[in-house]
Amino acid sequence: MTEYSALKFTSEHEWIRLEPVSDDGPATATIGITSYAAGQLGDVVYVDLPEVGAEIADGTVVGEIESTKSVGELFAPLNGIVVEKNSAVEDSPELVNSDPFGEGWLIRVEFAELPELLTFSEYQALLGDDALTDAETDRAGA
Amino acid sequence: MTADFTLSPLHDVHVEANATFTDFAGWQMPVRYSSDLTEHAAVRTAAGIFDLSHMAELSIRGPQAAAFLDYALAGKLSSIALGQAKYSLLLTEHGTIVDDVVVYRTGDSAFLVVANAGNHLAALEALRERSTGFDVEVTDQSDNTALIAVQGPRARHIVLATAGISFAEAAEQAPDAHPLAALKYYWSLQASYAGEPLLVARTGYTGEDGFELYVDAALAPALWRELMAAGEPLGLTQAGLASRDTLRLEAGMPLYGHELGLDTTPAQAGLGRVPNFSKGDFVGRAALEAAATSDPSTSSDMHEPPEPAPPPRVLVGLVGNGKRAARAGYPLFATDDSADAIGEITSGVLSPTLGVPIALAYLDPAFAETDTELSVDVRGKRLTFRVTPVPFYRRKRD
Repeated sequence: MTEYSALKFTSEHEWIRLEPVSDDGPATATIGITSYAAGQLGDVVYVDLPEVGAEIADGTVVGEIESTKSVGELFAPLNGIVVEKNSAVEDSPELVNSDPFGEGWLIRVEFAELPELLTFSEYQALLGDDALTDAETDRAGA
Repeated sequence: MTADFTLSPLHDVHVEANATFTDFAGWQMPVRYSSDLTEHAAVRTAAGIFDLSHMAELSIRGPQAAAFLDYALAGKLSSIALGQAKYSLLLTEHGTIVDDVVVYRTGDSAFLVVANAGNHLAALEALRERSTGFDVEVTDQSDNTALIAVQGPRARHIVLATAGISFAEAAEQAPDAHPLAALKYYWSLQASYAGEPLLVARTGYTGEDGFELYVDAALAPALWRELMAAGEPLGLTQAGLASRDTLRLEAGMPLYGHELGLDTTPAQAGLGRVPNFSKGDFVGRAALEAAATSDPSTSSDMHEPPEPAPPPRVLVGLVGNGKRAARAGYPLFATDDSADAIGEITSGVLSPTLGVPIALAYLDPAFAETDTELSVDVRGKRLTFRVTPVPFYRRKRD
């Protein structure tokens, strides 16, 4: 189970979990959106993810997360290549709401270099009054 | 933090219920309490309770109240009976729409006009201006009036189960109205709550059976809590504006600012039945009649070319495949290859009840026939939608 405080964040409300690196294997990261982002969107009803093999560039829009009410864009938080997308979340978009840090993950990306990302406490500071609650951090496996 | 928002008389109740708020026409209103889809489903299967206190309540009283409304609004309000309600339009001189309203007859010479929050002042000003020369008084009662809607198949059961609501005087006060059990759609009756008047109307904006309760603002929190206490065991769910919007869209009901506006005529919006030409003059009548006779296909007057008219357009329903919604502002094309827009989406969502994308759109009438396939630009991707009759959803009637 992931240490919640080990997650990195972006100001676009994405989380990034660095996966353990096997010998000589490439570095990979799992990416999702935070419970705050999911809550702001409301009920997620459609998720559009980049295809496996797609090259993604830090800061560009690579997918969409639609709720009944609005459309959220998924920004690539780093440069890399998509090695896996969560097909479960494509079939059941509500996972983004019910388990944003777990079953609701979006893509796994292979990368060479990690950009500067927010730590958990920096992200909490960014959220201010909306900082993640204990219940949410529990869901994230902290 | 101070904000330039008006708070509903029910604000504390919503805060207690942990609602998420949104700015709507200058009001802080609940957008959702738990989940849009849960709230939407509750209204379709059991019941939902909505705070609509942002709506404007304008009282029309005086010996010429009926005649005044016949002049000020597009419909024939003089023809509705005591207790009856009627959907109507407030038009400009040019025949376009200032607001869409529901009018209740609350007395022989008394009416209640309920306008949209965003058009509160525009409607009030228009009515006041038009009242010149009529023996009538236009009073803004919005500040003192709360509006609570209970909508869904169990709404009647819930209102009846709310002990504080008394229907005792209804029969004597409004002989043309009916006790709640027999109250017909688009009728209302005068009940009471805590000894104060309570207007109970069988009206709504969700496509379900339901009631709208107009009550003194000071009593609204107690009434809301009592309705919830009576209704929760029956599945009554607090519902916000997000679900109200998806519910009304499934029901094919227009929303001012999306389907209706100062650039829209009743006929374009599919509301050609609302203006009543069998009554006397009304604001907008001349323009609507002129538009009806200046149709180029019927005009033979070659000497006086009509003023350049805006391109004709008509409101249609659209249904798509897949899960991706076409939203307000997205352009419509005849084919996926076409670059010339033939219309625009005004409202769209993935229908929670039907599971497919639905939308309302203004469209060139040449493409408006049912089952015509069209191409919508959904943020750079072209998706196929099909013209379909509205409403998208129709409740089963018992």
